[in-house]
Amino acid sequence: MSQFLEISGLCAQIDADGQDKQILRGVDLSIPPGEVHVIMGPNGSGKSTLSYVLAGREEYVVTAGSATFHGQDLLAMEPEERAAAGLFLAFQSPIELPGVNNANFLRTAVNAVRRARGQEELDAVAFLKMAREAAKALSMAPDMLKRNVNVGFSGGEKKRNEVLQMTLLQPTFAILDETDSGLDVDALRIVAEGVNRLRAPTFSALVITHHQKLLDYLVPDRIHVMARGRIILSGGPELARQIDQEGYTKFLAEVA
Amino acid sequence: MPAVTQTREAVEKLGQSSYKWGFETDIEMDMAPKGLNEDIIRLISSRKEEPEWMLEWRLAAYKTWQAMTEPKWAKVTYPPIDYQDAHYYAAPRKKPGPKSLDEVDPELLRTYEKLGIPLHEQAMLAGVEVPEGERMPVAVDAVFDSVSVATTFRKTLEEAGVIFCPISEAVREHPDLVRRYLGTVVPAGDNFYSALNSAVFTDGSFVYVPKGVRCPMELSTYFRINAKNTGQFERTLIVVEEGASVSYLEGCTAPMRDENQLHAAVVELVAMDDASIKYSTVQNWYPGDENGRGGIYNFVTKRGICRGARSKISWTQVETGSAVTWKYPSCILQGEGSVGEFYSVAVTNNRQQADTGTKMIHLGRNTRSTIIAKTISAGHSDSTYRGLVRVQPKASGARNFTQCDSLLIGDQCGAHTVPYIESRNMNARIEHEATTSKISEDQLFYCRQRGLSEEDAVGLIVNGFCRDVLKELPMEFAVEAQKLLQISLEGSVG
Repeated sequence: MSQFLEISGLCAQIDADGQDKQILRGVDLSIPPGEVHVIMGPNGSGKSTLSYVLAGREEYVVTAGSATFHGQDLLAMEPEERAAAGLFLAFQSPIELPGVNNANFLRTAVNAVRRARGQEELDAVAFLKMAREAAKALSMAPDMLKRNVNVGFSGGEKKRNEVLQMTLLQPTFAILDETDSGLDVDALRIVAEGVNRLRAPTFSALVITHHQKLLDYLVPDRIHVMARGRIILSGGPELARQIDQEGYTKFLAEVA
Repeated sequence: MPAVTQTREAVEKLGQSSYKWGFETDIEMDMAPKGLNEDIIRLISSRKEEPEWMLEWRLAAYKTWQAMTEPKWAKVTYPPIDYQDAHYYAAPRKKPGPKSLDEVDPELLRTYEKLGIPLHEQAMLAGVEVPEGERMPVAVDAVFDSVSVATTFRKTLEEAGVIFCPISEAVREHPDLVRRYLGTVVPAGDNFYSALNSAVFTDGSFVYVPKGVRCPMELSTYFRINAKNTGQFERTLIVVEEGASVSYLEGCTAPMRDENQLHAAVVELVAMDDASIKYSTVQNWYPGDENGRGGIYNFVTKRGICRGARSKISWTQVETGSAVTWKYPSCILQGEGSVGEFYSVAVTNNRQQADTGTKMIHLGRNTRSTIIAKTISAGHSDSTYRGLVRVQPKASGARNFTQCDSLLIGDQCGAHTVPYIESRNMNARIEHEATTSKISEDQLFYCRQRGLSEEDAVGLIVNGFCRDVLKELPMEFAVEAQKLLQISLEGSVG
């Protein structure tokens, strides 16, 4: 039986000033259902690119390899189809949508995926009730639902807003791209709890981070180290602690 | 760059929406022969059963027009217009005014239906009362080609002392009022199109709100061009006395055609002391096909004067239609402390051209004006904001704030901002802000990652971009306007 998420030999490039720049050079990764996996690695190793490619960002051209999700060819799907299938990407730098009311945006998104999943759409009242509860659980100020999407949000507010969206969209697979960066200890804990609430035998996550701190709260199943566009090393939770203490240099030297 | 190309292609595809409301109603027409001369003007005047002074006014305007030439300064191009090759008068065959829905021509009702005029408003056309406690009533003065075939809610308005009727009727029944104000804000010789309109206008609305009266309902006119090659020359005059207020809604759609149709309306607003006029427009004339064939030429002169102290005139417009738009709703701020506002969304797609903006003329002390203009260009279209802020020597303490934002979709369109600022008073404060942006790949991808289709994402972002203007529209209109923006940019579904 195929894995929940199965990535094999994935290569991708981007057009940089008219030149093809290879970023992913053969990523192999499989994530079983119910597990939280972590990707660590030095800057520029391709972590964010991997998350964009999985979510369907069109600037990145897949040149080789495959990615399947629930046995489906993920790479053949439109970004919104991937979202409907249960994939969620928490952005490293959430995008501002001037003039677009946050609650309205969330409801439009939630109903779009509900429609695609064959579920009944939520009316404004039912949705607002759900959204307010979820926002409260993340210690978000109630007015954040009324403000424009990410406009004028602090770094921490933007990250919480990502977790709020994730909570409401009920994905089965979430990619968190440095969702912990720029958060103070309290915010970090709140965000981690938000992720933990989603944990279930049918929910998996891929967490990109530089810090051990988040992992203290999340308790991952597997740690992968990425460098130069490939996964060079995988291990248990102890690997993250080791990297936290010793840095990447040793591991990079080993594979060089 | 594959992504950019794909997005552009996708958006271009979306842009080629067929005009959803392109249909034509088959009603017998009473039509004047083509061409324009004094005899045609006499014919119009006699069909309208106008008094002599009105005819003379028209003929004087015609003489003025003959000596004028079309303005060429706007950033629009179109083939020369043969003013002799159009009908200047068309009217549905005369019937007595409808007393009930049964009496209204069923063809006409079907047209209203296609236009999306809600059933109860159709009923209002026949004067059927809305039960107590229902929504805020809207009075509709439906202009079907050149003659108002139905006017509603006359009675409620009459009780409040408000006059709301076709201008031709006002000429006959309220000649003193019409004569006192007609052409005082937009003189016949103001420009080429206002002169033409003054000579041949066939219908439009007249509103008079007496002292101290808040008009009990929003007044609404649905415009519609329906006869082949019939230029439509609306004339609207709104006079609001001391301490009174009115909100007026104007919306229009037109059937699909190959020939170009000329539309040259004139709107005049007069606000006395402490009076307020809110004038909202949703304009959706046929814009032509994706290759620029057909479409309406919309050459409109709209101007209001804040004659009284602390009076206020607010223009809100959502312009999505017409092949060529030439339109500058303006405010003359004469009364001390008077306020002028202009909120505008202009959308152009395919081969549409729009040159639109406003003029704020500060004459009185402590006058204030606000201009918020949002321009969205897609396809091969070209859109220009052209605005004048002028502060005269006596307008001490005048203030203006202007914000012009342009949003580009694709890389074949153009957006231009041409602000004219003339201050003759050292005390005036004038601010101008302008931005130009594109819908970014980041924004589209973010929305799509959340499950929105590309169409919905574009709609959401565009509506967000226009929010500051849309929120100025009356509630019912705002919904219609949002839908229009979606349709204009994304293509109708099905």
